Amino acid sequence: MTTMTIAKAINEGLRATLSNNPKSLLMGEDIGPLGGVYRVTDGLIAEFGADRVVDTPLAESGIVGTAIGLALRGYLPVCEIQFDGFVFPGFNQITTQLAKMHSRSNGNLTVPVVIRIPYGGGIGSIEHHSESPEALFAHTAGLRIITPSNAHDAYWMIQQAVDCQDPVIVFEPKRRYWLKGEVDTEAAGLAEDPFKAHVVREGTDATAVVYGPLVPVALAAANAAAEDGRSVEVIDLRSISPIDFDTIEASVKKTGRLIVAHEAPTFGGIGGEIAARISERAFHSLEAPVIRVGGFHMPYPVAKVEEDYLPDIDRILEALDRTFTY
Amino acid sequence: MGATHLPSTEFDGTGLDDQLEAEAEAVLGEPAAEMVQLLGPDGTLGTDSVFSEYAERLDAEKLRGFYADMAAIRRFDQEATALQRQGQLALWVPLTGQEAAQIGSGRASQPQDYIFPTYREHGVALTRNVDLAELLRQFRGISNGGWNPKDTNFHLYTLVLAAQTPHAVGYAMGIQRDQRLAEANGLAESGTAEPKAAVMVYFGDGASSEGDVHESMVFASSYNAPVVFFCQNNHWAISVPTAVQTRIPLSNRAKGYGFPGIRVDGNDVIAVHAVTEWALEHARQGNGPVLIEAFTYRVGAHTTADDPTKYRESSEEALWRAKDPLERLEKYLRTEGMADDAFFEQVAADGNELAAYIRKSTYESDTPDIRTAFANTYVEAHPLVAEELAWFEEYSAGFAGEDAAEGAGN
Repeated sequence: MTTMTIAKAINEGLRATLSNNPKSLLMGEDIGPLGGVYRVTDGLIAEFGADRVVDTPLAESGIVGTAIGLALRGYLPVCEIQFDGFVFPGFNQITTQLAKMHSRSNGNLTVPVVIRIPYGGGIGSIEHHSESPEALFAHTAGLRIITPSNAHDAYWMIQQAVDCQDPVIVFEPKRRYWLKGEVDTEAAGLAEDPFKAHVVREGTDATAVVYGPLVPVALAAANAAAEDGRSVEVIDLRSISPIDFDTIEASVKKTGRLIVAHEAPTFGGIGGEIAARISERAFHSLEAPVIRVGGFHMPYPVAKVEEDYLPDIDRILEALDRTFTY
Repeated sequence: MGATHLPSTEFDGTGLDDQLEAEAEAVLGEPAAEMVQLLGPDGTLGTDSVFSEYAERLDAEKLRGFYADMAAIRRFDQEATALQRQGQLALWVPLTGQEAAQIGSGRASQPQDYIFPTYREHGVALTRNVDLAELLRQFRGISNGGWNPKDTNFHLYTLVLAAQTPHAVGYAMGIQRDQRLAEANGLAESGTAEPKAAVMVYFGDGASSEGDVHESMVFASSYNAPVVFFCQNNHWAISVPTAVQTRIPLSNRAKGYGFPGIRVDGNDVIAVHAVTEWALEHARQGNGPVLIEAFTYRVGAHTTADDPTKYRESSEEALWRAKDPLERLEKYLRTEGMADDAFFEQVAADGNELAAYIRKSTYESDTPDIRTAFANTYVEAHPLVAEELAWFEEYSAGFAGEDAAEGAGN
């Protein structure tokens, strides 16, 4: 066991990938000598060279598009998109090309491209640097989407994403990059399957499903609720596509109440999908409607008011109150 | 009454292209791109200081082969158009007029090269030994790509314009890495190295405006990738003339990226072959990308759903028919005594045989099963796909025997 930040864990995961698989390579803006704007690729170019850690021209469609070509030639590219709000120039390549290549080739071609995207708010940044666009990608068949919330998951999930033969988007919770945690670099243990949700706190009265940056928030809310005698089970979703509905269903059948929280706007979001599926699967177990907590239906607001936008402990407690008093 | 406001795209006359060339010269401060031409519309072979030596390597058999290929793909094009009119195909994308650009470039490629087409490159597909009956599966609505690109190094058609251009550059970056790895492993010295390869990517004058073309050319230039950008300027992006896409010859754009750009007469199969052979070898030898602009014309409609009479004059089409790629090569072959009536009769008979094969294959083609779409969405097991497939199977099973019951009722 080693203690490291999430950023360092991803760095170590990438180092392990580059060491273990000669066909893997990293691509992105400023990922070379600078080590990325978040230093996630720090030191890797010195160790693996410019053919494996590629500083690209400043063009997201070009990054994803050339990564597809490299994958067609047998390489395993890991692309870094510098910020969530800058992925959209590459959106066409991701949704119309990357996601469909295996299907449209009748299974003859595979494009195991990984796309890393730092996402989410709470860092006091300027426009386009705090967004959570995961639902836009989750709606596209052919992609897989995962998001670590802790260092151990971060270390293993980036390697599992590279090993996966399908295209994988890894959303990295940027405001948690400096969150430290224990990492077992010898064994993945519970992190063996990146597409499985984890119960990170057991409870009996209500279930709170969260992922990425909101996992620590939900755990804090559950602790606060415990002081009021409410036992809240917290699930770290980990995988946004596919979603591990079995784990959520089992929890709801035990607790009877469900809230889902994410930073992304609630409308058309992952919370709505979970609410719909769970109402289909566990309607008779539900004591109250599924409540969603999330961003408002507005462009991500300016930093000075983002505290009013982002779900925090109080917003999650308010949702729990509503489900308990229904 | 003619639509006199419509711009002409004639490049020999007094049309917009001349005006553009003059403007380009003013902008660039130097003459705009010259066009490489070896075999003129009258069927006589000219000379070029660089490319004549490539033409001299072509013997009579090669030239007859070019003609046979162009005639075959034109006959195929007619047959596919007919199949669409019969309702056998949902849509067809005709290539008539562009045979020389496609056969000349495709025949210049080598088996180890990898080709990324747009969606009109039926002639290139022929040169890469793609089964043309399989190619029609996409237009019949039974596949999104009827052939396995690994068999022919001819990628699937891409319908999102220019989206394949960065794929080509990435593939070329992969070739570079493969070669560097091989050199590091000493394979080149031991004589076991793979032959050097390049990538060729096709797009049109319309797609040249897409951002992906720009990004691809930047990446290709930055990494000196072994890729040939082959732009077929067929003068019309559905209804919009080239003048709306560019104010300078497209080949001149290469200079802005720092690699060579060549405009070639796209209706001259000998010149196209020469220029492409040069460009691919340039790329294979590690000298970086090349842009080729094949100056040609889409004689027919954009697709079978298009109506060119709404946006261009038939007189313009007539001007281009006079530059027909097949006719000029036929004249040359006959004048030089390289082919006789018997040859051309055989080519026509072979074309009819190909058409019959295409017809038969299309009529007999299988109906797809949506279960294959479930199977191919992901490589690895996926719980949502499995759940939806299970539901579909159960739902479908509910209709079992219903057809028979309906039949009995009738």
